[in-house]
Amino acid sequence: MVFEKICGIIAEKINCDASTLSEDTKFADLGIDSLDVTELVMNIEDEFGIELEVDSSLQSVGDLVKLVESKLD
Amino acid sequence: MSRVVITGLGAVTPIGNDVKSFWDGLVNGKNGVDFISYFDHSPFKYKMAAEVKNFDPSSRLDGNTVRRMDLFSQYALYAAQEAMEDSGLENSIDGEDLGVYFGSGVGGFNTFCSEHANFIAGGVRKVSPLFVPKMISNIAAGNIAIRYGATGPCISVTTACATSSSSIGEAYRAVKHGYAKAIICGGSEAAINPFSIAGFGNAQTLSPATDRNAASVPFDKRRDGFVMGEGAGVLILEEYEHALKRGAKIYAEVCGYGSTCDAYHMTAPNPEAKASAKAISEALAGNETDVSKIYLNAHGTGTKLNDKTETLAVKQAFGEEMAKKLHISSTKSMTGHMLGAAGAVEAIASILALKNGIIPPTINYLEPDEECDLNYTPNKAVKADIELALSTSFGFGGHNACLAFKKI
Repeated sequence: MVFEKICGIIAEKINCDASTLSEDTKFADLGIDSLDVTELVMNIEDEFGIELEVDSSLQSVGDLVKLVESKLD
Repeated sequence: MSRVVITGLGAVTPIGNDVKSFWDGLVNGKNGVDFISYFDHSPFKYKMAAEVKNFDPSSRLDGNTVRRMDLFSQYALYAAQEAMEDSGLENSIDGEDLGVYFGSGVGGFNTFCSEHANFIAGGVRKVSPLFVPKMISNIAAGNIAIRYGATGPCISVTTACATSSSSIGEAYRAVKHGYAKAIICGGSEAAINPFSIAGFGNAQTLSPATDRNAASVPFDKRRDGFVMGEGAGVLILEEYEHALKRGAKIYAEVCGYGSTCDAYHMTAPNPEAKASAKAISEALAGNETDVSKIYLNAHGTGTKLNDKTETLAVKQAFGEEMAKKLHISSTKSMTGHMLGAAGAVEAIASILALKNGIIPPTINYLEPDEECDLNYTPNKAVKADIELALSTSFGFGGHNACLAFKKI
């Protein structure tokens, strides 16, 4: 559920097909830089109603999913 | 010192989104002014603007590029691409020999407004990390350099409404003195938003007219302010020998540049017009030409003070009688005042007037003003064999710039 929602947010932002994304997809391979990751995190905060901390360890879709799930537990 | 020529042009304007449609619009007296469509202008005293129409960045820029750039950067990159394709310079020059001199009067004004609204509504955490890199006025220059791998000098000049004339002039000097073999130069602006119209309007600079044919009326007695325009203009300046060697198409030679300051008042021109006249004289120096074969694309904003003072400056630079023989026009009558993009698109108008032997008109010119008594090419384009073209720009802060172009 978290994974699907996050893929939807990413797909909308960069205008790609959400079904092409997996937990292993690296942001760098999507042309997403650290500024975009920070903006993505802000969009995700709005969607889930949570507050997240951005750090440089966020490199892939899976990293983002783990971070959100840790806050939802 | 090297000779400097123009080998590529690109434009996004309120009367056409490429150089050809811009020029066709100029020759046919197309009026780019209309009621503001971007927002509800009903609470505003100032209701007119010269908006860019039907701009579709996706024909040249990918979605991610568009998403990460303010509109002023999109205009800049779009026009830069036209100019670079026109010049054939890409892949014909080393990155380190290629520079970018590109400015904006304000920068990402729309981004500034939207992110400030986010900040007020949601606090610190709602301000986009892209806010600053989208908004800063030098970022169009940076984005152009990234696109073309231009690792030579990259400078962003801001001199308000003289911005892109200053950029072209400084680029001319840099190529002339060997700091780059070619420079992508010009300016862009996208500042038609409610906050900006409130600010410029309250500074008493905008026309309150509600007739689109009576709003941007430079040198006309009825003039009562400028109409804000937007868009971008890009020129490729190239060292003459470099252009010759690669068999480039050459539009004209840059042959003069004057740069002075009134040092008088934040917004009003010095009524004695000495510094603005000196900028024109500096650009003219060494280019002695029969005055009847000179075209001057005036700053001609349509404010009471600018047009009167500019007329005086032209008379001081040429002498009262000689000034009357000049071909003059203000293409802002068609494009509105494109602020930081004005100088570059007017340089393009000047270069094409020189190349095509046609003087674009000052449209909607009806009532002569005794204080503006020169030949402003009223209403209809005129055929004329021109040998020298001048383009003047003056900006808040007292900045005066004049560029000179001649046939090669």
